[in-house]
Amino acid sequence: MTSNTESEVTAAPRSGSRWLWFHKLSSPPYAFRTAGNLRPWFFWPSLILMAFALYGGLILAPPDYQQKDAFRIIYVHVPSAILSLQVYVVMAVAAAVGLIWRMKLAHALAAAVAPLGAWFTFLCLATGSIYGKPMWGTWWEWEPRLTSELIMLFLYLGFMALRNSFDDLQRADRAAAVLAIVGVVNVPIVKFSVQWWNSLHQGPTFSKLDAPSMTASMAWPWGLMMLAFVLYFAAVTCDRLRSEILRRERNASWLAESLRSR
Amino acid sequence: MQSDSAAMRSDTPSSSMSVATAGVGPARTGLMRITSLVIVRDVKLAVRHLDQVLQPLVFFAIVVTLFPLAISPVIDELRKISAGVVWVAAMLASLIALESLFRADVEDGTMEQWVLSGQPLSLLLFSKTITHWLLAGLPLVIAAPIIGTGLGIPVSVWPVLMGTLAIGTGSLSILGAIGAALTVSLRRGSALLALLVLPLEIPVLIFGARVVDLAMHGEPVTGPLNLLAAMLLLFLSLGPLAMAAAMRISVES
Amino acid sequence: MASPAPTENARLAVRNVHLWRGDKHLLRNVSFEVSAGELLQIMGPNGVGKTSLLRCVAGLLPVESGEIEWCGTVCSQRFDVLHQDLAYLAHLNALKSDLTAAENLRFAIGVRRHITTAEIATTLERLQIAHCADLPVRALSAGQKRRVAIARVLLSAAKLWVLDEPITNLDSAGIKLIEECMAEHLASGGLIVTAAHQTLLDGRPSARKMELH
Repeated sequence: MTSNTESEVTAAPRSGSRWLWFHKLSSPPYAFRTAGNLRPWFFWPSLILMAFALYGGLILAPPDYQQKDAFRIIYVHVPSAILSLQVYVVMAVAAAVGLIWRMKLAHALAAAVAPLGAWFTFLCLATGSIYGKPMWGTWWEWEPRLTSELIMLFLYLGFMALRNSFDDLQRADRAAAVLAIVGVVNVPIVKFSVQWWNSLHQGPTFSKLDAPSMTASMAWPWGLMMLAFVLYFAAVTCDRLRSEILRRERNASWLAESLRSR
Repeated sequence: MQSDSAAMRSDTPSSSMSVATAGVGPARTGLMRITSLVIVRDVKLAVRHLDQVLQPLVFFAIVVTLFPLAISPVIDELRKISAGVVWVAAMLASLIALESLFRADVEDGTMEQWVLSGQPLSLLLFSKTITHWLLAGLPLVIAAPIIGTGLGIPVSVWPVLMGTLAIGTGSLSILGAIGAALTVSLRRGSALLALLVLPLEIPVLIFGARVVDLAMHGEPVTGPLNLLAAMLLLFLSLGPLAMAAAMRISVES
Repeated sequence: MASPAPTENARLAVRNVHLWRGDKHLLRNVSFEVSAGELLQIMGPNGVGKTSLLRCVAGLLPVESGEIEWCGTVCSQRFDVLHQDLAYLAHLNALKSDLTAAENLRFAIGVRRHITTAEIATTLERLQIAHCADLPVRALSAGQKRRVAIARVLLSAAKLWVLDEPITNLDSAGIKLIEECMAEHLASGGLIVTAAHQTLLDGRPSARKMELH
């Protein structure tokens, strides 16, 4: 909870206008307004791109000669896998910024994106499982990507569970930030060890689900879908960030005034 | 900060590295002495509750026993999974011991004093982690060969088994201590501790179990063993900082 | 009793400190200064934030805004400078009940500075609990435990004492003893910030009070 004076008057910029942008961004009312303004610019393009990508991927792209239509899951599976990792990095960086520079907003961002990352991870697991059934005949295989996504899901759940265990929001933010930083250092180690473990035993792999091995007509819907996912993520993050700001600033005067002025 | 002049109050031939010099104020304790003080204190406290020290070991034995009962009494079949079972049991036993690593000190206010001592909190907590390893990890290392025999682990593998577990339980102790520091002030932190710590320990499990497996097939183990040692070094360097950061947050109220 | 090093410019300055606990704006723009040889007693009803203020001063609780300054250095992220000169007495005694009083003190002070058995014995005698030296803390009464905790403060050789309800569980003799120790500490240039329900060192010029509300 920032004091009233902090919210309205941003701290003096360190040097020149370079830092003015950064300091403005760290002011909750500014971020609240900006996120609200940007959201439609993220959301509608993402829906449009998704429509195009789905059309391209489900209808235009020819069926794979080996996997027939099953490969089409790739259009959802791979973007969600990539995003699940990127979001964890965003979350960890935001948490680190919040911890080191004591920026409330950074903690709010980390809290906002965590459930999104978990959902992307879950989506990746679900689509991977759906892909696996026609390919391998089972609903689950200990394939390296699926296994490391499963571990990522546990890391996300741990982060969210730790946040929820603290009564005081600020302590929750800081403790979860330490966990996120420890987690992000471990993620490459986990991914490497899972890859290594899988290769040892010649385990199953969804090699066809990797982007580079596609032909051009398959590739462009994938690219569009990736962009669509990122925009969608940005749109939902704007919403969630706004509600995190509301939660933290609920007693601040700037909020009461902006609600009164409606 | 050594002084040759006769200090005002040095009567005990202690091994402390600092002696007070008149007019400047008492000199601060050196880092090695801090470590030994903490370890001695914790061992003294543990010795008064020896049964609590042995609990993780008994837990380890019970968990290992569950597998033959759940799967099959045939040693040949058990041998195939023995490396993994021993490692998983070690992870869980380590978790049991981590539960109480910091709790007593936080609850009676001693941890607060450590935060305020002006000495590096990371060193103080790391020294406690060393004691934890001595009292929880080392017994596992020694008991594992004996208990592993029940799963068909041959005697020839014992040195590798003990060496790997020694390195691995070190990593487990450090990662676990970070989790313990994060959850020590929470009311029902033990389940959360497992949720936080076990995913982080997976690489240790993968490499550790692999080393034992390779040894049982008579193959060279240097690759994964080096990786295991490298991980321990990484955790040794970064772990105490994370522990201290987490503990400062936990001790706030 | 260990005396602190010479204190030329030992000063504690607390400026414009704000603290929230959940939704409650607990500390509003709290400011004060304490110089060498002064005692400040924080007074106020239960729940007003006396303990929280002391914890902020000690550096355990991060403040929302405002600053704590010790001897001219602002302690924002790093409180090391303050901690080396600080002795903090909390509600809890910070004693291990399985160890003896002497063992507790030897450890608690030993991590900060070199301490001798003689010093410990002298201080325990000063507080009239010399017979408790080799008893496990478990076996001591609440008042005796508090005196052992006070012995820790005395032995710490710290310039600034932050004492939260120091006279809890003490009888009138104990209260008198601790007042004497506090007076000696002030006389040798130390600083004390304390929160207590009963006025300590009443009537002395170096003792001020501050009301929190």
